Amino acid sequence: MRKELISLRINGRTHELAIEPSAVLLDVLRQQLQFTGSKRGCDDSSCGACTVLIDGVAMMSCTLLAASCEGQDITTIEGVSEHGSLAAIQKAYGDWGGAQCGYCTPGFIMTVKSLLAENPDPTEEDIRNALSSNLCRCTGYNQMYEAIRSAIAAERKGASVAE
Amino acid sequence: MVDAAEKTTGTGKYTDDLSLPGMLIGKILHSPYPHARIKSIDTSRAEKLDGVITVVVGHDAPKTYGILPVGHDEYPLALDKVRYVGDNVACVVATNEATAEKALELIDVDYEVLPAYFDPEESMKAGTDLIHDHKTHNLEKDYHHAFGDPDKGFAEADEIAEARFIANEVTHAAMEPHSTLASFEIDPHTGKPGRLTVWSSTQVPYYLQHKLSLVLDMPMQQIRVIKPLVGGGFGGKSEVIPLEIIAAVAARKAQAPVKITYTREEVFWAHRGRPRTIVDLKTGVTKDGRITAVKARVVQDGGAYCSYGVVTILYSGALLGALYDIPNIQYDGYRVLTNKPACGAMRGHGTVNVRFAFESQLDELAARIGMDPAEIRQRNLLQPPCITVNGLRVQSYGLPECIEKTVERSGWKDRKGKLPKGRGLGIACSHYVSGAANSIIRSDMPHSTVNIKIDRDGGVVVYTGASEIGQGSDTMTAQITAETLGCSLSRVRVIAADTDLTPIDIGSYSSRVTFMAGNATLRAAQEVKKLIAAAAAKKMVCEADDLIFRNDTVERKNGHKVSEVHVVTAAPGSLPRAESRGQAEQSSAATVSGHVEGQILRGSLQQKRKEEGPKDRMSFEEAVVAAIDFHGALTGTGSYAPPPEARGGKHKGAGVGPSPAYSYSAQVAEVSVDEETGEVTVHKVWAAHDCGRALNPVSVEGQIIGSVWMGMGQALTEEMVWKDGMLMNPGLLEYRSPSAVESPSIDPIIVESIDPEGPFGAKECSEGSLAATIPAISNAIYDAVGVRLHESPFTPERVLAAIRAKKNAKAMNLTEGVDPTAPQRFREHGGSLWFKGKGPERHPLDPSRKELPAGGAD
Repeated sequence: MRKELISLRINGRTHELAIEPSAVLLDVLRQQLQFTGSKRGCDDSSCGACTVLIDGVAMMSCTLLAASCEGQDITTIEGVSEHGSLAAIQKAYGDWGGAQCGYCTPGFIMTVKSLLAENPDPTEEDIRNALSSNLCRCTGYNQMYEAIRSAIAAERKGASVAE
Repeated sequence: MVDAAEKTTGTGKYTDDLSLPGMLIGKILHSPYPHARIKSIDTSRAEKLDGVITVVVGHDAPKTYGILPVGHDEYPLALDKVRYVGDNVACVVATNEATAEKALELIDVDYEVLPAYFDPEESMKAGTDLIHDHKTHNLEKDYHHAFGDPDKGFAEADEIAEARFIANEVTHAAMEPHSTLASFEIDPHTGKPGRLTVWSSTQVPYYLQHKLSLVLDMPMQQIRVIKPLVGGGFGGKSEVIPLEIIAAVAARKAQAPVKITYTREEVFWAHRGRPRTIVDLKTGVTKDGRITAVKARVVQDGGAYCSYGVVTILYSGALLGALYDIPNIQYDGYRVLTNKPACGAMRGHGTVNVRFAFESQLDELAARIGMDPAEIRQRNLLQPPCITVNGLRVQSYGLPECIEKTVERSGWKDRKGKLPKGRGLGIACSHYVSGAANSIIRSDMPHSTVNIKIDRDGGVVVYTGASEIGQGSDTMTAQITAETLGCSLSRVRVIAADTDLTPIDIGSYSSRVTFMAGNATLRAAQEVKKLIAAAAAKKMVCEADDLIFRNDTVERKNGHKVSEVHVVTAAPGSLPRAESRGQAEQSSAATVSGHVEGQILRGSLQQKRKEEGPKDRMSFEEAVVAAIDFHGALTGTGSYAPPPEARGGKHKGAGVGPSPAYSYSAQVAEVSVDEETGEVTVHKVWAAHDCGRALNPVSVEGQIIGSVWMGMGQALTEEMVWKDGMLMNPGLLEYRSPSAVESPSIDPIIVESIDPEGPFGAKECSEGSLAATIPAISNAIYDAVGVRLHESPFTPERVLAAIRAKKNAKAMNLTEGVDPTAPQRFREHGGSLWFKGKGPERHPLDPSRKELPAGGAD
């Protein structure tokens, strides 16, 4: 298939790329841009490890044609840390055991960001429902809830991570 | 956790994240038949496709291997026969994935289909068309043990229960699919391909190095295995998986780096999970609750290759001992070959399915004698230190406290029997080894060795072979080092699992890492501490024993006020340490970068000029510099091998089961059962786990929660469903790995029995809890609706069939006549699904091709 030129805006920067029209966003991110933070965990869009934000909304990048993302703001896990420091949710996941093997973690963090942007004070049930789009095999999810609560509290306090 | 930032920022590299210049992609052609002879393979059409570099077949690596010395029965690519749907036949190497996939369809394989075996009890009777010619009756291995006097024990019993339990097949389904990148270098002296470097998602880099050397016929020192971040293993990566060797063979033939990453479907076919198991269990108790005898006949559906099979079937019998005091045990175990993907080791190994049977049966006996199920367990505790009837040494034994705590936290005494209709509580216990006392490849070599280097920059570098797979191995290594040397955690750098750099560690399986690699780390740190202490003592004019290493300083005991504080950086969630941090002395302790007294790169002689005389304290850096000046290099090495007393008895198969220490778990599960639909909801599990000492409480709790959760998955929803050897649900959602909305709240309770031989008293915390969850749930279901389930998972179909049977209602044709309270045999389609007409064509003479109704003779 002959490649075509597209322009993608990722984590605030524009990249011009030559891609096959059938290329999915996940493969373009991982293979052409070396943004390997988004992961491939399944073949059928069932695990969420590839989750990115498209204009702030959590979507699975394995289901998106890269070409269809032109003109949109794509945020990957690589764009989450702030000013060279961990964002509150990243620090909290590390402190509270939200990440064990870490493979599902980037996907979860994007989903959590999307949740908190839409619903800054979610109930436990809201959190469970939002997180149900991502699968984890290590943690049993419990410590993720604690991490999320801690991150919400930290952000509220305006606590800077670079203490 | 020391590697948390890599994981939460996505900067950490897993194997599929890696790439090398000129790298090619490999794709494997799998067998569509469960049992067939390969008459010929023609790869010419595939090789002609533009972008295809080469195609590799069995003859490119005609050497067998296997994880067990007795089980070298696998070729990386099938040579003459394929033995399961999914077996490996050829590998295309191409410039990109899409081209490689296209090329797979252009490989022509001429198969001669053979009769296939799927039911282990049928397979055991086979006389012809054996799966492996040298394994008669398709029996990989069988064991027959009798400890004490089982017949006499049963004669003494007042109540005897006998039942068949079936645990269906589950798999690890780690989030990261297996992946391997292999690359040869050119040797500058010969000009020819020389050293091989392999990056692989593995729990056992040294076994991989060994098997690569066997198959490629290369010396081990010419092979470097590097383990990048691993996205979960749970045993699925604790042996060498075919793609790991295929990638190297492909790289050799293609003369370029080759990366192969499994699709999720391929991960299911690669499997190496927990075998479907039939447990025929008989237990006898006296009317005051003492267990007098246990008889277990276990048949494991092992799949097509040996894998860990011999060990799995031994664990099923061995760990009937070491939990409770059972004086008489009879064990007959059969590991059977079938034409399905091979089963291997999965969290809790062979102990899990037997534990489900035993804890359920004990519950039944408790009901019969009118005794509380928690109490009956308390009546059968071991009195350590002791050696069980099958030769297992038990020292630290936190089970009594585990039972007490979980009973207390769950409100068991007040609430059991008083919950609303359809809601119940169940209790169960389990345990596991903290590493096997006898290694797979028998030798006297240490199971772990760790090197530590401290240099003039004051950095502490720990070289350990131990493999971090998400369980916290690197953090444990850093913590033990920092604790011993009294230095800050940030000063410690862990370099792990690179066979060129790190000394041998046999791998991350059997939950051996904290106990064994941890002990090796502790010894290495103590050795280097001795050197530092000797030098510091000289400078401070005192004895080495007078020194305390704390807070990045070395100080004299009686010099001035000494704080009792632990310096290890603790996470906010870990309770005991958080308070003590606040009490840390105001010290002028040097930080790692800058503000160093005495200018670390200057010699200690130059530093001396600045001093007025012997001091009471010095910074860690000063002590290090002094040590280097006095001794030369500052390195320490530590090794660990299990003591002979822990290695068990001498009977056949005695090598499996013994461990230097066992972890213990007691759990209470609270469930609701919907009597209309059979759906089971787990509301909460209280899980008390004796880990010896929790070196990192947040991490320990995470492991307990994770293993309980995985046990719950096996109990309620996870099941591999087969039809004619074809896996019908090779996807995460179809396999029903629970998501957040299906996962209950789990309350982990840490119990610390302080093991005499564990590092700082620590034992394992990652596997011991899984097994108890399954019977805790089945016992809770009994408490809720009065039905005993003998087949896992307890799907709505099975639960509903049992409820309706109890009510003598007309059996709905949900599970094709299956009685979940008395399952007789495996139903090929898994008991709740019926796929008529799908699956590969069976040979006309295939013995399993009988025109039976789906449920068979149940």
